[in-house]
Amino acid sequence: MSTDKKGQKGDILLEMHGIVIDGYSDDRWHEIIKGVDVVLKRGEIMGLIGESGAGKSTLGLAAMGFAKPGCKINGGSIIFDGIDLIKASEDDKRKLRGSRIAYVAQSAAASFNPSHRLINQTVESAVRHGIKSESEAKADARALYRDLQLPNPDSIGDRYPHQVSGGQLQRVMTAMAMSPRPDLIIFDEPTTALDVTTQVEVLASMREIVEQYHTAAIYITHDLAVVAQMADVIKVLRYGETIEDADTRTMLANPEKEYTKSLWSVRSIEKQEEESEDIILRVDHIDASYTGSAKVLDDVSIEVPRGHTVAIVGESGSGKSTAARAITGLLPPSKGQILYNGKPLPPALKERSVDQLQKIQMIYQMADTAMNPRQTIRDIIGRPLEFYLGLKGRERDQRLLELMEMIELDESFINRLPAELSGGQKQRICIARALAANPELIICDEVTSALDQIVQKGILELLLRLQRELGLTYIFITHDIATVKAISDQIVVMLEGRVVEQGMKSEILAPPYPDYTKLLLSSVPEMDPDWLTGLLKERAQDQPPT
Amino acid sequence: MSNGGEQGYSAAGEVSMLKARRTLLENIWRGLKSAPPTALFGMVVILIYVFFALFAPLLAPYGEAEIFDLSYAPWSDEFMFGTDQLGRDVLSRLIYGARNTVGIAFATTVLAFLIGGSLGITAALSRGWLDDLISRSVDVLMAIPSLIFALILISMFGATATNLILIIAVLDATRVFRVTRAVSLNVVVMDYVEAARLRGEGLSWVMRREILPNILPPLIVEFGLRFCFVFLTIAALSFLGVGIQPPTADWGSMVRETAGLIQFAEYDLTAAMTPMLPAAAIALLTVAVNFVVDWFLHKTSGLKDEH
Amino acid sequence: MHPIVRTILQRLGLGLVTLFVVSLIIFSSIEFLPGDFGQAVLGQAALPETVQAFRTELGLDLPMHERYLDWLGGILTGDMGNSFSGRGSSGGADRSRAVIDLIAPRLANTLFLASMAAIISVPLALFLGITAALYRNSIYDRVVNALTLTTISFPEFFVAYMLILFLSSFTKVFPSLANISSDATFWEQVYLSALPALTLTLVIIAHMMRQTRAAIINLMASPYIEMANLKGVSKMQVILQHALPNAWAPIVTVIAFNLAYLVVGVVVVEVVFVYPGVGQLMVDAVTTRDVPVVQGCAMIFAATYILLNLFADIISIVTNPRLLHPR
Repeated sequence: MSTDKKGQKGDILLEMHGIVIDGYSDDRWHEIIKGVDVVLKRGEIMGLIGESGAGKSTLGLAAMGFAKPGCKINGGSIIFDGIDLIKASEDDKRKLRGSRIAYVAQSAAASFNPSHRLINQTVESAVRHGIKSESEAKADARALYRDLQLPNPDSIGDRYPHQVSGGQLQRVMTAMAMSPRPDLIIFDEPTTALDVTTQVEVLASMREIVEQYHTAAIYITHDLAVVAQMADVIKVLRYGETIEDADTRTMLANPEKEYTKSLWSVRSIEKQEEESEDIILRVDHIDASYTGSAKVLDDVSIEVPRGHTVAIVGESGSGKSTAARAITGLLPPSKGQILYNGKPLPPALKERSVDQLQKIQMIYQMADTAMNPRQTIRDIIGRPLEFYLGLKGRERDQRLLELMEMIELDESFINRLPAELSGGQKQRICIARALAANPELIICDEVTSALDQIVQKGILELLLRLQRELGLTYIFITHDIATVKAISDQIVVMLEGRVVEQGMKSEILAPPYPDYTKLLLSSVPEMDPDWLTGLLKERAQDQPPT
Repeated sequence: MSNGGEQGYSAAGEVSMLKARRTLLENIWRGLKSAPPTALFGMVVILIYVFFALFAPLLAPYGEAEIFDLSYAPWSDEFMFGTDQLGRDVLSRLIYGARNTVGIAFATTVLAFLIGGSLGITAALSRGWLDDLISRSVDVLMAIPSLIFALILISMFGATATNLILIIAVLDATRVFRVTRAVSLNVVVMDYVEAARLRGEGLSWVMRREILPNILPPLIVEFGLRFCFVFLTIAALSFLGVGIQPPTADWGSMVRETAGLIQFAEYDLTAAMTPMLPAAAIALLTVAVNFVVDWFLHKTSGLKDEH
Repeated sequence: MHPIVRTILQRLGLGLVTLFVVSLIIFSSIEFLPGDFGQAVLGQAALPETVQAFRTELGLDLPMHERYLDWLGGILTGDMGNSFSGRGSSGGADRSRAVIDLIAPRLANTLFLASMAAIISVPLALFLGITAALYRNSIYDRVVNALTLTTISFPEFFVAYMLILFLSSFTKVFPSLANISSDATFWEQVYLSALPALTLTLVIIAHMMRQTRAAIINLMASPYIEMANLKGVSKMQVILQHALPNAWAPIVTVIAFNLAYLVVGVVVVEVVFVYPGVGQLMVDAVTTRDVPVVQGCAMIFAATYILLNLFADIISIVTNPRLLHPR
């Protein structure tokens, strides 16, 4: 295996034609990829985008001639730099992997061997494939760590995987992929598990290093804004088929297919904000902590106006979900109080009356786990009707049908089990269950973030319509700024258990920003290929390099 | 991980989009059709045992403890598998044994599940000091091998059928407790349990309606495994002479009583087979249950063990 | 303090507490004996004075905690009291023996039998389990899997009598009774104990092989193993470099679990082959309700079991990279 064999930029590096991949589940084989073509040139970055179930990861691995356990490549041709990966022996493919084609996985924490130091794992493929000597490879790895802006590049490699943070691990994994100087790197959702502010840094360093070494890459993600920063060309996949192929700027400027447009459809809704003085819920200087640990909420105050939406924004660990738990009584605050309609709510769930419970309902992020998989939709929505309103028999069924109509689902769904519904339908059922209680206030905890974009749009529009018709109040917890724009009147920004800023949407989303709000807002990728470049330039001006 | 829209990749996840809607009966039929021959064999054997246990008095040629004045009679038309040391018909005792040995083991397992299961769910739901207390006690009980523990307890309380059932059930309940607690913990953290609590539902409603239906499939598998274990333990104790006591017909003690005959294999093969019959009856049932459980496990674990 | 030392000390402490509680349970078994057990042990003809003397000897008139400390002290110094059997009905003729004298020679025999089984079964089971996991779903794996599933379903005495039938009754290769005596040479002992050892070996191999296979399959499903494959590391190196360093804890746990299982399995096998070991002694003592002997045997079995599990835990702690290299 020689590394000097690299061809000219612009030559075709990878050609996949008519790829068919089958997956085994439910006691039989299904087609996951149904005849997809991929053509990638040297030094080119292709974004592979699609929703869950599109088969993008499966296709990405097929570029290495690899099929996950439970999958098999059943047709088509894969030619990598003149080598037929379908016909190649297992041994020949092994020699390509980790030397000329490398892989960066989504979950860095699980993909590093816990028993070996990072640097040894970084140089492993380069040394094993005889590309570099061990000392050479280690020196190079330290240089790569520096290029990737890892802290203490000379010593970080001596650490073990559990000793560094997730964002850092993801960069070490990029260094690991780059170490043998491959011709092609497959990035499989490398930033999906990271917070937005970390994501920006990792994206920037990955893009820079791929450019520096003119490495071709396939970048797999579900986030079009992210891929817009990385890719030269984009391929949109759905249910194992290609929907659209175009270069990045063309696709963003004028997408051909309706489906492609729907990938950023949430960004097309924007609620007109309204001010209001009628406060339904007042969270008054509360502290809260889980037993024995530090404060998770520190002097948090939030005001929620009746009939309007307050969005609570923050990254993981900011305390935004804990605030919801405090309001619902699941985690009684250790200090301060919560006033509902001007009267204090008992802090603990057990002390609240059925009437108080009925007025505040909750909708969860994962509709899958929010519904008992063994109960039919009739039982799930019917229970609050019985429990709170005492409805039985025909009265109950009548109300059930009204609710189904409100959430725009056919009445035939009521005899199904949750597993027989799609993600969006499940979330609608959860909304109906909350509505069944005739609540005044609904707490929505990341209710759209597990859903595909086009489904998110439907759910948000439904929530907006219900608010108009029923005068509902929402507390909307999210980390996604596009969602915030779509639904909120007011915004609360949280960081490390404290409220950083609170105000009307127009005030928060316009300068001047406090530092953190600015960092958070500016880190959200935009649907503009030049966004990352611009942002990095701007940040470099703001603070001179250290 | 709550940030990412998508969960980790899984082939099963990608494919499950295509999952079709089926009725329960279709599922059962499909399951049976796809069952490996070992599992089918197991199911047939279990059914046969159940049949013999239910209709023992009708099927046995003689009474359970009926004594003829012919001990160690050879296999013949009159006594198909001969008679034992007291002159009791071995075939009849084998058939009654299906009722006694399997019945006692089954009752013990059910009792163990009632005790261990309810404690397990309670511990998982309540957490805190109650969970700690039960869990620590179970740890200590499990630090003694259960056969040894059973021997100690039997030496204390004496070997009667009731004592035997109680002792083994309590000892086995520790294992059931651990499993139930573990699977319940997975369910208790689900949002739908929290949703029920937020609604204001009482503890018993949450246990019956939200938790129990969801922990049932793993518990059924565990029931099969525990039954085998209990069955073998009781058989071992009876074989050692400290389990089910005469004159109750029981396979473990039958092996013990006729074991001496094995020495005569050279002279009379059928005589040597007499102690092997009850031993084989025990072995066949455990093999059958294990085959079915193995298939169940394989099915429920899905792709994990497939490739 | 290094977290690993702290964790080990915690685990050791927990082990001690467990042993203490277990000893308490075993000790209290004498409390539950019916009130007239002295009469039962000594015979109906026993004089009231003899019975009283017997009760005094057992210390039944002392408060419970004093007796417990006394008993525990005895156990720790090798004095487990005297057997109930051989007690005369009249004061003078006490032919009972010290429990320790009954147990000691038999313990050596039991250990001999268990080690014989362990020496054969541990390497063989690990080999079978690891190869079955690596060649998963091959014919080899399926056959081994079905065979071991069948074997673990068999009661030990069934396996034992099958072996007797084929290797002793028909072919006369080995003796069916393992009545070894202390003056037999080492190889005579091996020959006499061949069948019991073989029975134990078969049972242990089946259990251990299945657990090893499951542990290795679990390990090989880790994302870092897939990553190693995607890095083009050869199959052999994936196993040696990536799987093995993380496999110690599960493998040691499996070994310890099965050695502990051996402790229990030995009881039935000893009875089948009339092997003079602790297991048989304990069963006899249970039948005659000879409580001091039951207590002594139970203490030995329980302590072995607890110590083996403790040992496995400590190995797992020592090989855990998260504890070895704290943040």
